[in-house]
Amino acid sequence: MSENLIEIRGVRHAYQTKDGPLPVLDGLELKVPEGGFAAVVGPSGCGKSTLTRLVAGLMKPDAGEVWLHGELVKGPKSTVGMAFQNPVLLEWRTILQNVILPLEIVPTKMSKRKKEDRARKLLSLVGLEGFEDKRPSELSGGMRQRASLCRSIVHKPEVLILDEPFGALDAFTREDLWQTMHKVKSEEPFTGVLITHDLRESIFLADQVVVLSGRPARTQYVMDVHLTAERDIEQLYTSESAEALNILRRQIQIAQGRSGVEEAAS
Amino acid sequence: MKLRQILVPMAAIVIFGLVWEMLVWANGWPDYVMASPSDLPPAYAQYWELFLVMGWQTLWRTVVGLVLAIVFGVLLGMIMGFSKLMRDALYPLLVGFNAIPKATVVPIVALLFVGEHNFNTILIAFMISFFPIAVSVSIGLSTLEPEYRDILRSLGASQTTIFWKIALPKTLPEFFGALKVAVTLAFIGTNLMEIVSPHGRGLGALFDSGKTNSDYPLMFAVLIALALMGILLYYVVVALEKIFAGWAERTPSH
Repeated sequence: MSENLIEIRGVRHAYQTKDGPLPVLDGLELKVPEGGFAAVVGPSGCGKSTLTRLVAGLMKPDAGEVWLHGELVKGPKSTVGMAFQNPVLLEWRTILQNVILPLEIVPTKMSKRKKEDRARKLLSLVGLEGFEDKRPSELSGGMRQRASLCRSIVHKPEVLILDEPFGALDAFTREDLWQTMHKVKSEEPFTGVLITHDLRESIFLADQVVVLSGRPARTQYVMDVHLTAERDIEQLYTSESAEALNILRRQIQIAQGRSGVEEAAS
Repeated sequence: MKLRQILVPMAAIVIFGLVWEMLVWANGWPDYVMASPSDLPPAYAQYWELFLVMGWQTLWRTVVGLVLAIVFGVLLGMIMGFSKLMRDALYPLLVGFNAIPKATVVPIVALLFVGEHNFNTILIAFMISFFPIAVSVSIGLSTLEPEYRDILRSLGASQTTIFWKIALPKTLPEFFGALKVAVTLAFIGTNLMEIVSPHGRGLGALFDSGKTNSDYPLMFAVLIALALMGILLYYVVVALEKIFAGWAERTPSH
């Protein structure tokens, strides 16, 4: 048993390729307490998405353990919610039906009416009121991502996994969605892991930023974020934030294997 | 809008008929070279009972062959769509089978099951039309983005649930595209058998008897009747597509 809701211990994993095994994770450690929100950043291709699949139970690591709520993860569990960069909404369903989808799969005693009410409540929380009966193709990229977010939490998962959910959005839409994310977190508390490329996003959303090293990835650096609970985009422009971002940026450079020389040049 | 959708194709058909009539008239072709549209009404009037009986025979056998092609094609497509091994194993076989001209299979089938007219006709209609369905379903299933699977799998959904909730509906547009091709192919299959097999039935046999009796307007009348049935069945598929895969039709954004 552990105090943490998500606990990843010494995880190693390699993919089998034509040129032999390709190690992607080597000595990954991650601890997220209940209600915590960890952002995972790292160089491209360092195995961040593998991490999400491990936590979701979609694959097993070669070595090491993934624990959720004091239970060893052995396969997919309905206590996990996922959202990706691609919102993967089902085109043939309305937005409301898309959000309801997980409730059709996880065992639940909710009536059809209750499921709809729950989905409607979430949609209005993320600002999609009035779009319930539209098809995904009628919505903008940001709106689709909002709907995808609703779908990922509709079944009240213990763990929410977000794999670069805002990566494909323009900067303004992205900042809007960060605010929405905070609203959602206060209304519908969850324990989350956010995979991102965006350092500002990581400190704005998470309370813990984990920097992974280059491939094979291990936990290189962990930073606790001390922004106030009521977060505002302006907090990103304070000197504390600038300092935190600077530290993270340097850690990423180390992870990319280019510290020192270039650091001195810049 | 609705009226226009009916009037435009009607006008096109009328113009087509007029051009045809003009061509025959201008060249002074006798009806054994090329019958003209004005030769057709007398042919229909004379043989309308035969057209009804044989048209029905052709139609039901084509539809049965098509339904079998759908069932078998979807199953085969599922097998190839879900298993890379089966895809690798079956594709060359399937392509080879499809490359064989079905006209050469007709006498083999006719000898294999002598006298079984209905069965033989349905078999050829089926053989000629399942290929596009199997290929489109297998491609639709094998190109399903992994995230779609992950969304459901992470919730603990079974393979069957993933198939019904995602893979099947997502493949429907491709399936209907293939079905439109399969409809016309099935008619070709039915008529191949009907024309070739002795004492055959259906519009193919009617065409053959027109040929034997040098009744050229009748032959052309059969062709037009076949075309009309093809159009009819095609629009049945379009209607089904609207119902089951209407979501795939994008309304142009303004």
